[in-house]
Amino acid sequence: MYGFLQHLINGLAAGTIYALVALGYTMVYGVLKLINFAHGDVMMVGVYVGYAVAFLMGREHFGTFAGVMLVFLVSMLACAAFGLLIERFAYRPLREKPRLTSLITAIGISFALSYGFQLDLAVNLGGTSYTLLPGAASRAFPEIIVPNQWFEFGSDDQSVIIWNWQVISFLIAAALMVGLQLLVFKTRFGRAMRAVSFDHRVAALLGIPVDRVIAGTFMLGSALAACAGLLYAIKDTSVQPLMGMYIGLKAFVAAVIGGIGNVPGAVVGALALGLCEEFVVGYTSSSWRDAVAFGFLILVLLAKPEGLFGRVQAEKV
Amino acid sequence: MIRGAAPAILAAVGCIALQALLGEWAFFGYLASLVGVNVILAVSLNVINGMTGQFSIGHAGFMAVGAYTGGILSLATAQDRIGVLPEVVSDQLFLVGSLCAGGTVAALCGLIVGLPSLRLRGDYLAIVTLGFGEIIRVIVQNTQALGGALGLSGVPQRAGFGMVWFWVFLVVLMARRLAASPHGRSLWAIREDEVAAEAMGVDTTSYKVRAFVLSSFFAGVAGALFAHFVPIVNPGSFTFVKSMEIVVMIVAGGLGSTTGAFTAAVFLTLLPEGMRSLFTTLGGGDPSLAQKVDQVRMPIYGVLLVLIMLTRPQGIFGTHEAWDAVARWRKKARA
Amino acid sequence: MRSILLSAFAALAVATLGCEKKTAPVEPPKPADVKPLEGKPAPAPAADTGDIIIGEVGSLTGSEAAFGISTRNGIELALEDANAAGGVKGRKVKVIVYDDQSKPEEAASATTRLITQDKVKLVLGEVASSNSLAMAPICQDNKIPMISPSSTNPSVTEKGDYIFRVCFIDPFQGFVMAKYAREELKFKNVAILKDVKSAYSVGLTEVFERKFAEMGGKVLGIESYAKGDTDFRSQLTAIKKLKPEGLYVPGYYNDVGIIARQARELGLKTVMMGGDGWDSEKLFELGGKAIEGSFVSNHYSPEDPSPQVQNFISKYKGKFGGVPDSLAALGYDAANVAIEAMKRAPDLSGPALRDEIAKTKDFPGVAGTISMNEKRDAVKPAVVLQVVDGKFKYVATVKP
Repeated sequence: MYGFLQHLINGLAAGTIYALVALGYTMVYGVLKLINFAHGDVMMVGVYVGYAVAFLMGREHFGTFAGVMLVFLVSMLACAAFGLLIERFAYRPLREKPRLTSLITAIGISFALSYGFQLDLAVNLGGTSYTLLPGAASRAFPEIIVPNQWFEFGSDDQSVIIWNWQVISFLIAAALMVGLQLLVFKTRFGRAMRAVSFDHRVAALLGIPVDRVIAGTFMLGSALAACAGLLYAIKDTSVQPLMGMYIGLKAFVAAVIGGIGNVPGAVVGALALGLCEEFVVGYTSSSWRDAVAFGFLILVLLAKPEGLFGRVQAEKV
Repeated sequence: MIRGAAPAILAAVGCIALQALLGEWAFFGYLASLVGVNVILAVSLNVINGMTGQFSIGHAGFMAVGAYTGGILSLATAQDRIGVLPEVVSDQLFLVGSLCAGGTVAALCGLIVGLPSLRLRGDYLAIVTLGFGEIIRVIVQNTQALGGALGLSGVPQRAGFGMVWFWVFLVVLMARRLAASPHGRSLWAIREDEVAAEAMGVDTTSYKVRAFVLSSFFAGVAGALFAHFVPIVNPGSFTFVKSMEIVVMIVAGGLGSTTGAFTAAVFLTLLPEGMRSLFTTLGGGDPSLAQKVDQVRMPIYGVLLVLIMLTRPQGIFGTHEAWDAVARWRKKARA
Repeated sequence: MRSILLSAFAALAVATLGCEKKTAPVEPPKPADVKPLEGKPAPAPAADTGDIIIGEVGSLTGSEAAFGISTRNGIELALEDANAAGGVKGRKVKVIVYDDQSKPEEAASATTRLITQDKVKLVLGEVASSNSLAMAPICQDNKIPMISPSSTNPSVTEKGDYIFRVCFIDPFQGFVMAKYAREELKFKNVAILKDVKSAYSVGLTEVFERKFAEMGGKVLGIESYAKGDTDFRSQLTAIKKLKPEGLYVPGYYNDVGIIARQARELGLKTVMMGGDGWDSEKLFELGGKAIEGSFVSNHYSPEDPSPQVQNFISKYKGKFGGVPDSLAALGYDAANVAIEAMKRAPDLSGPALRDEIAKTKDFPGVAGTISMNEKRDAVKPAVVLQVVDGKFKYVATVKP
């Protein structure tokens, strides 16, 4: 029973992180009908930015509120800018081309980022060498949030532990999701987003600045991804260049399960996937974990291809 | 029917002759086999990615299925032979059996993966095939009978490069005839506009699935061939990177051009080999320069994909075929 | 509409059948691929002058490049020594190195090239067992001896009587750690955390579990992870409940570092133990303080005071900079075993070299004294090292 509860908590914590990444997928898909393959890798870049900021900030600021905020804000801003760049130079020129071209571009960017970051590149400036690219080896992520047990109940042999980072990621994720829901349904920008998502040509005719809305969506999604990536790195204490690809894929699976393009759906899908993975690791073996997500995806596509919350839509011509 | 089979029979004879002539040159044979396998992979992937306009990025997964199926079968029948035939004949018969089995099982997997994802828009296929490759890896790694993480070794090394290139011929023949057939026309229609194709009465899902199954079959055969000339088959040979290499081949060669895929596959397989020796020489025998170049290869592939899409989305060859050029030239010569 | 497709399929089927009947009879070339070569190395000794060429296949690029480069340096050093001392049979020894990018198919290609194009007398390599397994059948078929410096999987030398190695095998490492834990550390019960994705880890776990039980200890539980995982808390929580005195983690350094950190975080204070997969500077960066006090089994220790080892280290430092790791030492040993065998052999044909390598006994290698057993594996002691202040420190030698 305690074991079950513990897995439940761990699974939910993992799920909230997937949810943040899945939101980025879902939003971009919503406005562009593009699976942004590079989304996970943008997240990875964000984590490395966070790593660099924490490193420059120095150990004495770890664990302080200001220090943590600084790491998160810088990394989220950097990612938003990066997302904007990718959209401007890689996706926008292809918007009127067949969708396959943007998909291949996205795959190309993802591949270039995840393998580019595996290179070792350092430059020597004035005697000190600066690492530009981190190399393939995994690195220990700075303990900006010092892990400790927030809550424990039960006896020594049988107990359930809740970690401080689990609580923190849950709170941050919940806050961001509520904020996003408000943004999409209560603001002018949100209304513009929904209009572009419905039909971007009509939206343009109505005077909505489509380019700006799409760019904004990309920035928002990328910032969310950076935040999720940092939470992930704090949880798993390590970073490596391929982390984005795997987390990104799983988040995509979560988005599809929930119905791609649907914000609450992505959250539910992500929680379901997080729980599912945690139970597989807990009760069978962790080596099956990666297979579960994709098995799940194929099942969902077979049974309910529009996802749990998605609506069937006829394709517009 | 006989007319249809004639080129294949001719090719078989040609391949046997080549094998007999050059078979002793083991290193050439090995390299030729590697190139051949990549050509089969590229041309077959082109059927689904190029001609049909769907996007699979898990071709290495199907290759793995073929390699393990064929490898296990040959391992099990390594000592068997058909009594009346000489050993070589029976070995090659068993080899062909293993290849076809590898292809068939891969095709079945293609059906399982393709049926749910191809009912939807093309981009789902990308994710599902990628996931499929991962699932295959996990299964192999957890199955002791398949050698686990270390890999399957001891598969009888029966495939000469003649056999590999015979299959290269078959896959090219298939692609060429498919492209010119009514079936192929439907695939082109799906690629250009799925909604319009459907409106014209093309049963899009069924055509897409069939193209995908066909493509998976040949990937499986390529994998099975691979298992019969590389002494060890292990999950590391069939990663996402391998799938991406094939994708880069067809995108660079031209989405939809069989000759383009063929050329790019040959070129991109031999290129790293050549680059490595070139840069080792430039570095004065020290491999560290070559090592750096090799490491940059993967990110460059990624950037290359983006650049090709931005500047020439139809690939270098586009949908042009070498044989079309030959036909046009002959027509001109006659006129 | 489908008639053309059908006929294409039929053509394919007919063609396949045709191939079966026709390809086969005329296709002796395939076995002939191999057979004509068998004789080749032997009738070649016409060229009795000039350099003796041996081959090396290693991962100079790719994921295991660091291993391959260390090994290559060790081999280079050994050849330099031998040539300075007059070479073999009055001839210089030269090595041709090919890179296999840590891929089995490239290893096979490089081996074929070495044997058929470069006509090498002997092949050294590889580090990773899966790559060695790709090379072994080719060397065996061509009757060219192959010596692997550091492939520890038992199946490598089972590929044939031309395949040797100069390192101990995985089961021995498991035994060493079990013995040390039981007899020196006096542990009564331990837990194991194994990497199911790696044959190495699974092999070590099997032997450790059996031997530790035979010596009167108790393995309380075995948990597993998969290489590349980053969250080990579920497994570690389960282990913590067992209250073991020691935790055996036969994995690779990049996972072990994270495991150690998360274990300490969870308040699991048991002593950790591991194998040669821990041998990397990266371990200390990833594990930090959490890894302190752990024990590992390894091939050699640079702290070994014997003059031979210290001599090797100073030469290595002089040439390449840095202290040689186990892989460099094993590469050095492999090349020396090969050179000794070539000196003793009546001629340089494959079978003659094979016989001499098999006779290697009490050969003084820098990574322990080497004797070949009947399975062509080196029988030699292992060392146990402890992590102290972010460095490996020698604590004991365990003999087979």
